[in-house]
Parts: sequence; structure tokens; C-alpha cells
Amino acid sequence: MISLLRTIRLTFLHMFRKRETIPYPEEKVSLHPRWRGRIVLTRDPDMGERCVGCYLCAAACPVDCISLQATEDENGRRYPEFFRINFSRCIFCGYCEEACPTYAIQLMPDFEMAEYNRQDLVYEKEDLLINSQGKYPGYNYYKVAGIDAGIKGKGEGDNEEPPIDIHSLLP
Amino acid sequence: MNTTLQYILMIVMVLFVLTTIAAWLIWLERRMLAVWQNRSGPNRAGPFGLFIVVADTIKLFFKEDWIPPFADKTIFVIAPAIVAATVLMSFVVIPFAPGILIADLDIGLLFFLAMSSLGVYSIVLGGWASNNKYSLLGALRGASQMISYEVFMGLSLMGVVMLSGSFRLSDIVLAQKDCWFIVTQPVAFVVFLIAGIAETHRLPFDIPEAESELVAGFHSEYSGMKFGMFFIGEYLGVTLISAMLVTLFFGGWLGPAFLPPLVWFILKTFVFILFFILLRASLPRPRYDQLMEYGWKILLPVALLNLLITGGIVLMMNK
Repeated sequence: MISLLRTIRLTFLHMFRKRETIPYPEEKVSLHPRWRGRIVLTRDPDMGERCVGCYLCAAACPVDCISLQATEDENGRRYPEFFRINFSRCIFCGYCEEACPTYAIQLMPDFEMAEYNRQDLVYEKEDLLINSQGKYPGYNYYKVAGIDAGIKGKGEGDNEEPPIDIHSLLP
Repeated sequence: MNTTLQYILMIVMVLFVLTTIAAWLIWLERRMLAVWQNRSGPNRAGPFGLFIVVADTIKLFFKEDWIPPFADKTIFVIAPAIVAATVLMSFVVIPFAPGILIADLDIGLLFFLAMSSLGVYSIVLGGWASNNKYSLLGALRGASQMISYEVFMGLSLMGVVMLSGSFRLSDIVLAQKDCWFIVTQPVAFVVFLIAGIAETHRLPFDIPEAESELVAGFHSEYSGMKFGMFFIGEYLGVTLISAMLVTLFFGGWLGPAFLPPLVWFILKTFVFILFFILLRASLPRPRYDQLMEYGWKILLPVALLNLLITGGIVLMMNK
């Protein structure tokens, strides 16, 4: 009996507690920087596309919502011809981000993607590409890559020695 | 002629006020439950979410008003009307303020008890006519619960009747001029409060409905405005029991003179309605056999003992 009265009193006192509810559209939720939300394609510091069209994200995707077609420009730099993410399928697991070898595909803290039309949830490359480096500023894949795709000459990349003249005996 | 017109006006006014209150109790209950659960509750439609009642009503009207093919049609349709009708009938005898009451019956208290007993028919008939096992179980539980709690509900009130010497509710209120019956009859108050909660089958005694066991109990098969009638009936029942508690134990309209009597009555009733909602927010539902055991083994002896002691004291005082 006492415990019942105590329960009633405690419940009553909850009246003066802080509300747990966030009145959403007026007051935004604070999202963590590593929140897995909308997927974007980032650019390198020189504003070139980071994506090299390796298909690893599409392979890692458990719901097969990513589709892309790789192609090359005249310098041999690979980039996706189209890059399509169907967000009506995406489960925001972040496996694509983990799989990406060039930090191109990233998940950002934004969930306000609701649409009236299901087809509008299919994002094309121009919807995905942002003018930012995302979470990894200063990283440029072609500066450390083994190939010259019009970005750097032989031995001019980061962490790279100039090529040794194998015909010279001098150290 | 003039008095007849006055009566009709009074009836229409009371009906209008009661149905409005019952409707807005839905909002109040949701809001208060939210407040006691650290949420904010409905706050979108209109100021403070008050128009959620309108939205709810529109929703109920536009729902399919479905009568299952296996149900007994006539009784199925009549049942929800009974609950609202009997509760509204009980309000006939409640003195809201001096002069503001519909019928000052000299058997007012008995009329109230009779009407609240009739309310059980809506549950039994509704559950039986639904021809559904959950509904039938709910109806059976409802019938046994309400009939057994009716016993000590009546017995607990006899102490009040002894002290005031009348079944007329306005006399009972006036008898509390010096001292509210909550002071002289605290045991009767507790018994009546518990019986009243069981009578309105509100949480924690919502055993006929018990959504975690019986889907929705006796109104599982109801939809649309028929379900709405059960809903309104429940809220009217809460208002009725609160009003009765105030009339019988808390001096009805009596109160310090700086507020008019009607305001005092409404304020006190409102406090009890809030208490009913607080009970819903805080207490878990007892098991069915626990409820019956509690009723017959504790409340009945307590009510009888209270009756005996009150009778003895009244005899001694009158000597």
C-alpha cells in the first residue's frame, strides 16, 4: 500500500522534470560529427573528384543501392561516368564509407531527406557531389597514387623520392 | 410553462457542458500523461494542441463503421449507447450549485447507484454481442468486477447517509457545512474511491479492457463512432465519479465565499479528474483474481466495519 502511494507521488513529481522530447522542426537535434546520414561524394583539395570508380562501395553495399560506371579521362584519371544511390533502399550502414580507398564516399550528419515521390530519392552524381573535402581535409589520392593521371609527374608526389638515375654510379 | 422551459434549458446546458468536458478530457488525459512521463504531449493542433480533440473526432467519424457479420447486430449497436446514456442519467441528480441541478430527487444517491449499475449492461451486452472470445472474456470480467464493487460502493456511502440523514444529494452537501465528510468518514472515502475507479473501469482497474491481455476487451470489435461512444462514456464516468466524490465527501459546492459555488464545485471535480489520470500514469494493473480478492476480503469487511462504527457513534450522539 505504501509502495503504491510512493509510486503515485514519484510520478507526480515527474511533472517538474525537464522534458525529454525535442520539439523537432523548431528545435533541431544536435547530431554528432560522425553521424551516419546522407551519403555524399567529396572532392580533393584541388576540387577534383576523389572517386576513382573502383566499385568497392557497390560491392560492400548490403542492399545494393549504389550503382556506378567507371570511365577514364584523357590523362588516364579514373572517375565515375554516373554514380547513383537509391536512398529508398539505403540503410545508412556506412559500409561504403569503410570500403572506399580514396575517402571519396562519406556519410554526413543530415537526415532531412524526406520526399513525396519515391523516385526523388534516387540521387544522381550531381546531387551527391559536394564542394568540400568532408572529414579528411588535405587528402588527394592522385598525389600518393602510383600512376600519373595528369596530377603529378614521376617522383613528384607526396612521400615520393625523385626517380633514381639507374645509369649513374654516383650515390 | 416557464419552469418547464427553464428545466429544458438546464438539461441542454448540462448536456452540452458535460459532453464538451468529456471530449476535452481526452486532450487533458494525453497531455497530463505526457507531463508525468517527461514528454510534452499533443501540442501541434491549435493552441496547446487543444484541437486534437477535433481532429480525433473527425478521424473517428471517417473510420469505417464496421459491424462484424458474426455479431448480433441490434444489441451490438445498442450497447455503446447504454454506457453514455446511463452515465448522463446519473448527472441528473448531482447538485452542481444551489439552484443549478436538474432533479433534486429525495432518493438521489440510490438513483446514482442504480444508474451506475445499469452501466454494466453496456459492457456485458457489447462484449457478448461481439461474438468474440476476447470480448466475451472482457465482458465477463467487467460484469463480475462491477457487480462486486457495486456492493461496497453502496455500503461505504451508507455512513454518509447516516450522518446526513438523507438520500437527497443537496441535503448531503448542506450537512457538510461545518465539517466535510472526508474528516468524519475517511474510510468510507477510501472505499468509495477504490470502488469508483473499479466502477469506471479505469486504470489500474481496467480489467475488462486490459489491452495487454484481451486485445481491447469488450470493445475489441467496435470501430468508428461506436468505439467513440465507449470512449466518451468512460470519460463521462470519470467526471461522474469525481463529481460524486466532491458531492459526498468534499462539501460539493461549499467553499470560501470569494469564488462562486459553481466554480468551487468545478475546481474540486477537476482535482479528482487529475487524480484519476495520475493513477493511470503511475499504477500497474492487478491480476484479475487479486482484484476480486481485494474487493471481497478487504474492502467489504472494511466497509461493513465502517458502517457498524458509524452507526454506533450516531446512536450514541443521539441519546
